Amino acid sequence: MIALIDYGAGNTASVANALENLNAEYVLTNKESDICKAQKVIFPGVGEASFAIKQLHKSNLFNLLRIVKKPMLGICLGMQLMCEFSTEGNVACLGIIPGRVEKFDAEKTNVPHMGWNEVFQTKPSKLFEGIKDGEFFYFANSFYMPLGESTIAKTNHGIDFTAAIEKDNFFGVQFHPEKSAEAGLKLLQNFLNL
Amino acid sequence: MVSKRIIPCLDVKDGKVVKGTNFVNLVDAGDAVELAERYTSEGADELVFLDITASAEKRKTLVSLVEKVAKAIRIPFTVGGGISELSDIEVLLKAGADKVSLNSSIVKNPDLITMASKRFGSQAIVAAIDIKRIAGVYKVFVKGGREETPLEGLPWCIKAAELGAGEILLTSMDKDGTKDGYDLEFLKELTKQVSIPVIASGGAGKMEDFLDAFKFANVDACLAASLFHFNILEIKKLKGFLKDNEIKVRL
Repeated sequence: MIALIDYGAGNTASVANALENLNAEYVLTNKESDICKAQKVIFPGVGEASFAIKQLHKSNLFNLLRIVKKPMLGICLGMQLMCEFSTEGNVACLGIIPGRVEKFDAEKTNVPHMGWNEVFQTKPSKLFEGIKDGEFFYFANSFYMPLGESTIAKTNHGIDFTAAIEKDNFFGVQFHPEKSAEAGLKLLQNFLNL
Repeated sequence: MVSKRIIPCLDVKDGKVVKGTNFVNLVDAGDAVELAERYTSEGADELVFLDITASAEKRKTLVSLVEKVAKAIRIPFTVGGGISELSDIEVLLKAGADKVSLNSSIVKNPDLITMASKRFGSQAIVAAIDIKRIAGVYKVFVKGGREETPLEGLPWCIKAAELGAGEILLTSMDKDGTKDGYDLEFLKELTKQVSIPVIASGGAGKMEDFLDAFKFANVDACLAASLFHFNILEIKKLKGFLKDNEIKVRL
């Protein structure tokens, strides 16, 4: 059973649909008890960071998500919230991985970064098993996570930045696997297989 | 670098695709889903659904269509047509749409752009802007192109971007249906002036028109309807042509 976290700051419908395409059992929830019972956790996120963090506090999930020991996949804003800090609303985040989330420079490049971009794998990870290096995934983000120790894949939009992370049981992708056609489903399947 | 996008547009009425009738005998909403699936498998990067239903029942049929499409395809899609309230947007995004396009409602109430992008993220808010040249000046039209406004094209696009729109879907009414190519002159100036992605719409008739829009006007995406619906142009072939001409596309 997958706990798909619904904390009022994510478009969970698409992730739920993708899980249904993969015949995965999931529960849409913001309850601690469901998350504790689940084998894996998916943490989506769309919208503004400080609002999302507020929602996490409201649902009493902020501390729980920092200490879960099962595989957890953050998607888009969900991945960014795993950082220490986001400059979007200047908010302290979960602090699972070091670093801060920054905004793209609109003087140098289009903001938001919107569309299909190539993802290059920088460290081997089970998340990308069977996915070709340089595969296209769909992105929609105005803020980015700089490259860091936990980076396992990168992409470029004016600058190189983190497309995916892995640290212990924590995984994250900046792109939307649920909207990235076959490659996205493959990545989600890889996460389910962990 | 992010790739250039090809976006088929489907006009829907009462939950049915209306422009696609010659194509696969589209008779009900189920067939709209079939068409969406077909475009997805042919390599479309995104889809746009424009609802042209006028009845009071429209929202219900549209939401049900969005739910069906969201279950069927795994690429992003935008929904537009008569959306005027934050609550409309919320319902459509919850049903599985990735973005909504706003047209007449933001001319009437520009603050809607800001409120919507704050609440749902600017990536979910597309400003759809219809322009037509009147006595040498690009004017903004609303209500499906039926009503002229005092607004001028370029300043309104810039304002929409400043207010928080995540993309501009720019339709040239002069070019729409001509198959004569996109409005390169306007688009070129627009992409210079705004830093959000621009989608070109209206006028595509052949593969070179797409190439010109990407190469000379520097747009991020090209939208077309009848070319794809009537099978005049295959998406795969178009993308192959663009790649051969050094445009980065997802193949």
